[in-house]
Amino acid sequence: MTTAAPIIHIAGLYFAYGTLPVLENVTLQVAEGEFLGIVGPNAGGKSTLLKLILGLLKPQAGRVRVLGQPPQRARRQIGYVPQYPGFARDFPISVEDVVLMGRFGLGFRVGPWTRADRDAAAAALREVEALDLRGRQVGTLSGGQLQRVLLARALVGEPRLLILDEPTANIDQRLEGEIFELLAVLKHRLTIVVVSHDIAFISGYVTRVACLNRTLVCHTTGSIDGQMIQDLYGEDVRRIQHAHRHGHPRPVGAAAEHADHG
Amino acid sequence: MGDFFMAVAAQGFLRQALLAGLLASIGCGLIGPFVVVKRIAFLAGGIAHSVLGGMGAALYFGFDPLLGALGAAVVSALLIGWVRLTWRTGEDTAIGALWAIGMAVGILFISRTPGYTTDLMSFLFGNILLVPTRELWFMGALDLALLLVVGLGYRHFIAVSFDEDFARLRGLPVAPLYLLLLVLVALTVVLMIQVVGLILVIALLTLPAAVAGQWTHSITAMMLTSTLLGSALTTGGLALSYAPDLPPGPTIILLAGALYLVSALVAARVRRSRIPPAASAPP
Repeated sequence: MTTAAPIIHIAGLYFAYGTLPVLENVTLQVAEGEFLGIVGPNAGGKSTLLKLILGLLKPQAGRVRVLGQPPQRARRQIGYVPQYPGFARDFPISVEDVVLMGRFGLGFRVGPWTRADRDAAAAALREVEALDLRGRQVGTLSGGQLQRVLLARALVGEPRLLILDEPTANIDQRLEGEIFELLAVLKHRLTIVVVSHDIAFISGYVTRVACLNRTLVCHTTGSIDGQMIQDLYGEDVRRIQHAHRHGHPRPVGAAAEHADHG
Repeated sequence: MGDFFMAVAAQGFLRQALLAGLLASIGCGLIGPFVVVKRIAFLAGGIAHSVLGGMGAALYFGFDPLLGALGAAVVSALLIGWVRLTWRTGEDTAIGALWAIGMAVGILFISRTPGYTTDLMSFLFGNILLVPTRELWFMGALDLALLLVVGLGYRHFIAVSFDEDFARLRGLPVAPLYLLLLVLVALTVVLMIQVVGLILVIALLTLPAAVAGQWTHSITAMMLTSTLLGSALTTGGLALSYAPDLPPGPTIILLAGALYLVSALVAARVRRSRIPPAASAPP
């Protein structure tokens, strides 16, 4: 597993919807074992960058390599947690069957799921502390429960890279802390990229922050200061205070003023 | 009603009709749930109506109209699927166009075929009382094909019905699976044409599955329930229409419509009387 090649390698990336540039000259490397936070204002290109990494969009210029391969080929080794799940909440399906969807891509097989698949689904649900939801209908879950189930669906496919798009946008702050506590455990065995609009919150957990507003404005392993936020958002934002301790979860809501720009 | 069952015992054509209804129900139970949860009823309607073009052409050129229907259904399923995959915003218009063009082609061919104009009504509204044995075998073969494909690939079909984007990220061939699902819808349409006709097919394809969806919590349970409901509806419709000598196809559809209305009302009442799930859910 110790490869010299980076997990994600992006160079000179340019992407536009029509004639409107969304990403310009983005260059980014993510090494194995990193926990990268991508922050930035709305419409700053965060979700677009994720779609390019997943191979759902193609760049007009530049290069994206994931695990040394084009994104479409590396895709099955990526666990993805979308911001908005792409399914109807009233679809008749149990939590277990939703999680099992993550088992596709581990080799083609027809017929029903195997015992091993179901055990893996149970293990993934246990890991996100949601095994008790296994038999529930997906439409009856609360926002926080759904987020855990989507995380389990991403983990059950045995990914090497975990990508989360605003995993805590639709849930309250206490649950936000719980999700990031889970990620803090997972980062010991996975490379993680998480997109968030909430700089203050994620900087207590991630090992590195990339600030994105059409291009990478800042890129730091150190703490974020007011100047960076000003560069990123282009205006004076309330100053953030937080202890910057890698790998140590920080009490939620203590000294942090969130630079929530939403 | 008692007369009906005595008549079934006595008369071979009623047994044929019952069997045709049951064979059609298997198809509607297997594929109906996908049409309902994927919300492609309009698309299925387009496939059903365009089938007339194939039937008319087959009559004109002297083939079996069911073979014409099969060909037209598969071609229009692939056409509509291709339009949706490549030109998403145009899907609605394309389905409407294919719907009308298929029927127009069919009517023109039938008008040019001497002696066959009386068949038009049975194409449009079905004639379950006149299903020849050969067609029962044809329906059985279609059922077998549907069972085989759905049995082998139901996980994949559920995956593309549930969350297309996620299925694509897991490396599933989403576009081919979607087209295959539409071809299965096309086969099911042809399977049911003899029973209720191509205009009414859409009701038998969606209503039993929609009723099943109101009371079950998985696609598999929906399949079983809508197969049973389909069997009950075709048998019940046939029985109800027998004594007053009504056309069975429309009777079956009205029965299905009534069941759907009652089920929707009862389901809404049951939901309202229950405690909202959020209140009883663990944190």
